[in-house]
Amino acid sequence: MSGATAFRRRYGASPLHLLLVLASFALTAYAGTRLLKGDAVGVALWFVGAALLHDLVLLPLYSVLDRGAQLPGAPWPSVNYVRVPAFVSGLLLLVWWPLVLRRVGHYTATTGLPAGGFLGRWLLITAALFAASAATLLVRRWHASGPARRAARRRRRDRGTPR
Amino acid sequence: MEANDGEQGRPAPTARPRPGPAARLLAAPPPGPARPQFWRSPLRGPWLTAVFGLVLLVGVTLLFLTGLLSYAAYNPDLAPVNDQTPGKGWLGFYLFSWPTSPHWLYRLTQGVHVVVGVVLVPVLLAKLWSVIPKLFEWPPVRSVSHGIERLSLLLLVGGAGFEFVTGILNVQLHYIFPGSFYTLHFYGAWVFIGAFVVHVAFRLPRAVRAVRAPGARPAAGTPEAAGLVSPRPAAATVSRRGAVAMVGLGSLALFVVTAGQSVGGWWRHTALLAPHGRDPGSGPNGFQINKTAASVGIRPSDIGPAWRLTVRGPGRQVVLTREELLAMEQNEAALPIACVEGWSTPDQLWSGVRLTALAALVGLGTDAPQVLVESVQRGGSFSSVALRDNQVRDHRSLLAVRVNGAVLSPDHGYPARVIVPGAPGVNNTKWVTRLTFGEPV
Repeated sequence: MSGATAFRRRYGASPLHLLLVLASFALTAYAGTRLLKGDAVGVALWFVGAALLHDLVLLPLYSVLDRGAQLPGAPWPSVNYVRVPAFVSGLLLLVWWPLVLRRVGHYTATTGLPAGGFLGRWLLITAALFAASAATLLVRRWHASGPARRAARRRRRDRGTPR
Repeated sequence: MEANDGEQGRPAPTARPRPGPAARLLAAPPPGPARPQFWRSPLRGPWLTAVFGLVLLVGVTLLFLTGLLSYAAYNPDLAPVNDQTPGKGWLGFYLFSWPTSPHWLYRLTQGVHVVVGVVLVPVLLAKLWSVIPKLFEWPPVRSVSHGIERLSLLLLVGGAGFEFVTGILNVQLHYIFPGSFYTLHFYGAWVFIGAFVVHVAFRLPRAVRAVRAPGARPAAGTPEAAGLVSPRPAAATVSRRGAVAMVGLGSLALFVVTAGQSVGGWWRHTALLAPHGRDPGSGPNGFQINKTAASVGIRPSDIGPAWRLTVRGPGRQVVLTREELLAMEQNEAALPIACVEGWSTPDQLWSGVRLTALAALVGLGTDAPQVLVESVQRGGSFSSVALRDNQVRDHRSLLAVRVNGAVLSPDHGYPARVIVPGAPGVNNTKWVTRLTFGEPV
């Protein structure tokens, strides 16, 4: 058995893998000790929390909502008519929630800009997103029902025309 | 890998030993997310993960480079007063003199940094969604290399989240993170980028293969499926392309409600949710304010008739009243204000006295040295700043007293403020009271 094969058996990957990871961990330690100076516990909590925020908080939350929207008897022909606008609206809130929910008390004092209005604008954007989705649904229904409407018109015309 | 892998060298037993309870647990995942069939989306697979991964590869590289530029733009190696991270050590290895041309340089690099960061949020979330089965993969650690790689992934995902969250909170002035933004965001970036480079090195070939074969749908459990494909997929409610389009729509929406604050003019009104999407007023002084006079404790008496400008040079000192400053030759420069928070203003027409002319007052010619600029502001970051000689010598660098034809408003630094081409906004010190030319003693 060659040395490289023995190494792979014991380690599970090539020596290059180990060297690259060790180089990265050394850089992490160099920057990490500086990152942790000061409020070490707070920073560590934020770091690990940031790693888990999506996977253990956001994902279960939006997955449950998405499943709920697909329950049998849901009123829409495709869940995407509600999924897409809800996703975009939720995304805007996720990024801009401190301003939308007025969590930044010193915003006006600092910038000279009005703190109100973010919530209203986010709600109006949300309304526009759902309205656009509704319009899309209407247009698609109209197109889908085209053949049936043309057939009905033809029947009416045929009935009304004396032979 | 067999459970008795570590027993090499011993004679092989003739009969297979009965696996112990620990081995049985490792062989079969417990009910729940560790079982591959728990994850039912038919969308997950190498192609989707690779698409999001490649977008992030380009985007994160851009974020890292513009972030390094922003760090250099503060000239942290010039003077301790400029340096928010004095313990940086070798992480400042690349620092260089920040140029003054083009005058919109920082406006561009930092606008790109913040806009790209915001726009990448849905891509990052989608990438994490696409690989969620791997978080719960069973057994949790298969080999030494696998364990090490998972530790590196914690640094990757934690680092990405940490950088995005601190950045997005900081641009909204929501300072709830545990420390100074500059320290956290700078060192956090270096922790993140180490894990990022490793991840790209390990995964890029596989990602490129996956996007080159968009039609291939590897079967669950095969090596090509990479643990991402569901063995029990639910009926599709959206196509893979549809999912990518939805994420792209999210990025587009974020771009539309954000980017205008980095463009200004009419476009600012499109930045419906960005922190600097409105104008604080109208008229010559109606452009964006970083910090108002009241918010940093500037009192009317600080900037009233008793205000004086002290200009110091080697062995000489001159004290000027505002009238004496106005009596000096006035020059004009059209320059923007560009903030680390990503917002900026279009060029404003400033007028005032050239920094070289003030250096000449204390006997320094056109080869003026660096200058320490001090504000009447008491304490706080950037109440004093050192400007490098190339910044002092640029003929557009002014101690401005007027803007757009009007006297500076208190919020824009009355009676006098510095304006330097290409520099970050906070280097354009407001309410200036003292200029000290030359190397600090």
